[in-house]
Amino acid sequence: MINLAWPDSRHNWGKLLITGCGLGLLVGVTVSMAGVYRGMVEDAEVLIGGSGADLWVVEQHTLGPFAEASRIDDDLHRSIRQLPGVRRAINGSFQTLLIQRPGRSLRVLVAGVEVGVPGGLGQPPGLVAGRSLLRDRDELLADPGTGLQLGEVVPIRRKRFTVVGLTTRMVSPTGDPMLFVPFRDGQDLQFLPGNEAIARQRRRRDRPVERQALTNAVLVQLEPTARPELVAAEIERWLGLTAYTRPAMQAAMVGKLIEASARQIGLFLVILTLVTTTMIGFIVFTLTQGKLREIAVLKLIGMPSRLIAWMIVQQAVALGLFAFVLGTSLATVMAPRFPRHVVLQRRDLIAAAVVALASSSLASLVGVKAALGVDPAEAIQ
Amino acid sequence: MISSAPPPPQPERPAGIVVSGLRKTFGSGSAAVTALRDVQMRVEPGEVVGLVGPSGSGKSTLLKCLGAVLTPSGGHMELGGQLVFDGDHWLHPDLTRLRREQIGFIFQSPYLLPFLSVRDNVALLAMLLGRSNQEARAAADQLLADLDVAHRADAMPNRLSGGEQQRVAIARALINRPPILLADEPTAPLDSPRAMAVMDLLERLAGQMGTSVIVVTHDEKILPRLQRIYVVRDGVVGEGQRERVRDAPVRFRSRRLRNT
Ligand SMILES: Nc1ncnc2c1ncn2[C@@H]1O[C@H](COP(=O)(O)OP(=O)(O)OP(=O)(O)O)[C@@H](O)[C@H]1O
Ligand SMILES: [Mg+2]
Repeated sequence: MINLAWPDSRHNWGKLLITGCGLGLLVGVTVSMAGVYRGMVEDAEVLIGGSGADLWVVEQHTLGPFAEASRIDDDLHRSIRQLPGVRRAINGSFQTLLIQRPGRSLRVLVAGVEVGVPGGLGQPPGLVAGRSLLRDRDELLADPGTGLQLGEVVPIRRKRFTVVGLTTRMVSPTGDPMLFVPFRDGQDLQFLPGNEAIARQRRRRDRPVERQALTNAVLVQLEPTARPELVAAEIERWLGLTAYTRPAMQAAMVGKLIEASARQIGLFLVILTLVTTTMIGFIVFTLTQGKLREIAVLKLIGMPSRLIAWMIVQQAVALGLFAFVLGTSLATVMAPRFPRHVVLQRRDLIAAAVVALASSSLASLVGVKAALGVDPAEAIQ
Repeated sequence: MISSAPPPPQPERPAGIVVSGLRKTFGSGSAAVTALRDVQMRVEPGEVVGLVGPSGSGKSTLLKCLGAVLTPSGGHMELGGQLVFDGDHWLHPDLTRLRREQIGFIFQSPYLLPFLSVRDNVALLAMLLGRSNQEARAAADQLLADLDVAHRADAMPNRLSGGEQQRVAIARALINRPPILLADEPTAPLDSPRAMAVMDLLERLAGQMGTSVIVVTHDEKILPRLQRIYVVRDGVVGEGQRERVRDAPVRFRSRRLRNT
């Protein structure tokens, strides 16, 4: 028996190709959106997990330091260090600001961390070039996404920093590239008033501005035997702060910051499914409608209905597959060119394949129903 | 004038088509339309008979019943020596298969599949009967050669002239050597010489293969080529004399005939 679906598709290649490409773009967009979401989750995991902190301590009842503002005294880490189970506790400042790059300004997240061993608490998990922060002033580690070069001098506010190292990919929960500076500098950037503010306050004869001894968060590393939940509870009870374990912090980031994207992508998936089903249904129906005469003749001369139905199903499913392959190829090719970090996961591709196949099979039923409804007697007039 | 023809000679082998007391009524109650009344027919193997009659007389209805796509309201039908309809039900369990194996169809338009080559259009039905693609295509080539269109076997149907397409359609109808061939206005779109050629072919192939052929036609030029003619009027089928019909083709000046 020869295959009828293929020659018929070849006969109608124009219509099918246009539909297939349209669907392919749609699949590509949706897969990319899912990839952006996965990228955000992955970035958040690097940001939280890569810091080496077992606990994040922030201002009471806030979801700091990324999702909400958090300010606590910068000497609280000493009290935290006294608690049983705590090995180290350091200050961490986090501030989003603009730096000037040739021809544009770039939004970055500046993390102020205590200078320490590479890969240690608060430090970026890895460097691709240069060294880690050694002096506690004026040095800077940059995410390669900033475009900064080793040895480059970067003016930020009133200060000038020298790039001493480039990190592996480190971005904020909103996708801005990160800079790491010594905590003192980070604190100054955030809490030391600018020249203008000082001058203004002097003119108004306010009380003199002084540097505030604040930090955004304390990063805590625990002894291997300590239970993070218990230590967090201790910190909250005795110091009037809020402490997040690493999973809680990750969940909070993904939940609060990325939730909206997840919902958006979910919605896109629903739209994709609906549009795919409708478009394939429509094209299959149109093609079948154009063949009713031939179908009546085929039935009259003795072709079993199931072979006719099979031809229509094959065509629809092939269209769905084509769209899937085109869409995922497009997404794969485009991923590195996206401004955001796109991570194409196997499970998302499988989900896209399932959606494409399920909706195309479903859509083919429209054509199958039309074909089965044809009365072979109509071939005789 | 058309008069009652003598009953056809009793053959040794079973007749191709035997119809008796066939009735068909559409709808019911006051809206009922009786399209066929008590039809008697007998077509021998190798015989080519015509079915003529004015519009709305019931020709297509009869062809649909014979083609097993319309269930009669009553009567009996034998196709290829096999009783297929008995009073009120079909005896064959799978009418699609019955059509595939026993009946060839030719239509006013060729209705070839536009996306298959001429060869595959013809071979398709042989493949449906379980023959290998290669075998089916070889058989198709043979038949196309018989019908003088072998040189177009690889072409797509829309590249063929109307006459060539109609010959391909005939090849498709005959590929499985069915005992029955039903043709609905097969010469309507053709000019006179082509129509004659098609009739020649039907006659020759029917003779060779022992096929019983029924040709529904309005086409007076082909009437002389038919061995016998059934005239349909208001659902009543009677045998007509060919010469008389040819003499007065337009109005079919026949009186109503009721055989038996
Ligand atoms: N499905 C149907 N439902 C109701 N009436 C029908 C149906 N099919 C045919 N008829 C009626 O049965 C009668 C015979 O119709 P049929 O189509 O057999 O005529 P015909 O001889 O083929 O005519 P023509 O030469 O115009 O094709 C007509 O009166 C027609 O209206
Ligand atoms: Mg008709």
